[in-house]
Amino acid sequence: MRDDTRNISDDARVMIALDGVSKRYPGVADAAVADLTMEVRAGETVALVGPSGCGKTTTLKMINRLIEPTSGSIVVDGVDVLEQDPVQLRRGIGYVIQNVGLMPHRTVEDNIATVPRLLGWEHDRIRTRTRELVDIFQLDSAMLSRYPAELSGGQRQRVGVARALAADPPVMLMDEPFGAVDPIVRVRLQDQFLDIQKRLQKTVVFVTHDIDEAIKMSDRVAVMNVGGKLEQYDSPQSILRDPAGEFVQRFIGAERGLKRLSLVRVADVEIEDGPVISVSATVEEALEEMQRHGSSWCTVIDTTGALQGWVDRHMLADVEVVSEVEPKRFSAYVTPASSLRHALDSIVTSRTRVAVVADENDRYLGVLSVERISRDITA
Amino acid sequence: MLDLIRNEGGRVAAKLLEHLNLTAIAILVGLLIAFPLAVYAFRHRRVYAPIAGVTGLLYTIPSLALFAFLTPYTGLSMLTAEIGLVSYTLLILIRNIVAGLDSVPADAREAARGMGLSERELLWRVEVPLALPVIFAGIRLATVTVVGLVTVTSLITYGGVGAFILEGIVRLDASRAAFGGLLSLLIALVLDAVLLAAERRVAPWSTRRSERTA
Repeated sequence: MRDDTRNISDDARVMIALDGVSKRYPGVADAAVADLTMEVRAGETVALVGPSGCGKTTTLKMINRLIEPTSGSIVVDGVDVLEQDPVQLRRGIGYVIQNVGLMPHRTVEDNIATVPRLLGWEHDRIRTRTRELVDIFQLDSAMLSRYPAELSGGQRQRVGVARALAADPPVMLMDEPFGAVDPIVRVRLQDQFLDIQKRLQKTVVFVTHDIDEAIKMSDRVAVMNVGGKLEQYDSPQSILRDPAGEFVQRFIGAERGLKRLSLVRVADVEIEDGPVISVSATVEEALEEMQRHGSSWCTVIDTTGALQGWVDRHMLADVEVVSEVEPKRFSAYVTPASSLRHALDSIVTSRTRVAVVADENDRYLGVLSVERISRDITA
Repeated sequence: MLDLIRNEGGRVAAKLLEHLNLTAIAILVGLLIAFPLAVYAFRHRRVYAPIAGVTGLLYTIPSLALFAFLTPYTGLSMLTAEIGLVSYTLLILIRNIVAGLDSVPADAREAARGMGLSERELLWRVEVPLALPVIFAGIRLATVTVVGLVTVTSLITYGGVGAFILEGIVRLDASRAAFGGLLSLLIALVLDAVLLAAERRVAPWSTRRSERTA
């Protein structure tokens, strides 16, 4: 899930510009990619997503000229790639493929050092850089002297991304970068990549056939149809809220609403005042608060505003002040940074039928109900 | 046999050396010819069948006939011997070099290109190192074959330890012939072991991996 503060402003510099790009293969009537025009801004993560045969991988590979476009122009960082030596061009662009493609005959360290060595970096600088990358990717430095065959799939994948970042290129191209690992490892790798990308702010173009991955990972999603036709190119939120046409709608698939919930944060919607009283309140005040909200329970906070738990009418039956009973703990609560999907999950699993919102310091902020969430999502 | 070593020790050593020399030259020249042909055939698949066909034909010519055919042109020379020996290495070497290059994982190749290795860097830093185990298997096979064939060149005055076999035949001295045969066998076994050790050194990743999976 993207942090909204990270979204790239519309006037950010264009890092990659495709203009009328086509790719035709001899003897094939239909173009693999036909007249594609799109821009990627500096620091932006863009997903190329679509069914097989939509030309997404072809498009990606044309950017670093592993595939030569038949017509059109591709400008990366202000330079027309077709006027550059392809070998030099590729050394300046990070590249990750699905099956990683680590050199089996090179140790992890040598693999990571591939591009810096091609660029003629000095030995010490390469050494420092590989150590730095090992830290960033939370790899064990003992791993540096191992061969790829001695690593797990997830480790190999991380080494692959580290290798692509070794010479600190401004642009990264990734072809199904998380495709070859099992779902649990995939989620971990995605989260780690998001975290690293937040710090490094690379311009990333990646190919995926998984719309959920595209939504999770990117600032903008390019939905492509067969023949390299760009059906929609917009933020994940906009695509989910307002799919451009039947193809996109079908491709997004079911659970559009749920997918949108995972993109919206609790902080983005209006939180409701729930029934809440201080520990020091009398039972009478507590009952009054419940009455006011038409509820049978009430949140309890201490004098600093910190969340204590909740009490219901039943618990207060034999006492005079709230402090005489031990409030029950909320099984789950959410923070402003949580997604609405997470909030919805807390609601349906809690006995109180609302999600309690507290900040990072446990300070009570309010509650969120199903009605509120659904009103926001349909708005 | 011990008498033979005692009385002709100097000659045995000289013939051993000659044997090794003839073998080494044949393998090195064979590699020099086979390598570019194999790389070219690997890149341009259409030419692989004709190359394999011609070298296959060379391989099937009986060695005795080949030397008999060459002698009128190149005489009883080292050149005659080596033309014959080299032509027998080509099929094995080319086939193994192409097979070795074929065995390089496509992912490693694509990633290497994508990172900006030139075609030449791709060949020397990725494809050849990864093909080495299969190439070495070819070199070992070619070496063992050549060591045996060298004995036949005794007919054109070379022959390494094959000279003892020929003398054994001529003098009806079976133990002399067996001595030559035994030496030839020994050379083959030793060279094979040496090359195997060399392969382990140049391709540590392959043995380390197989040890892990074993």
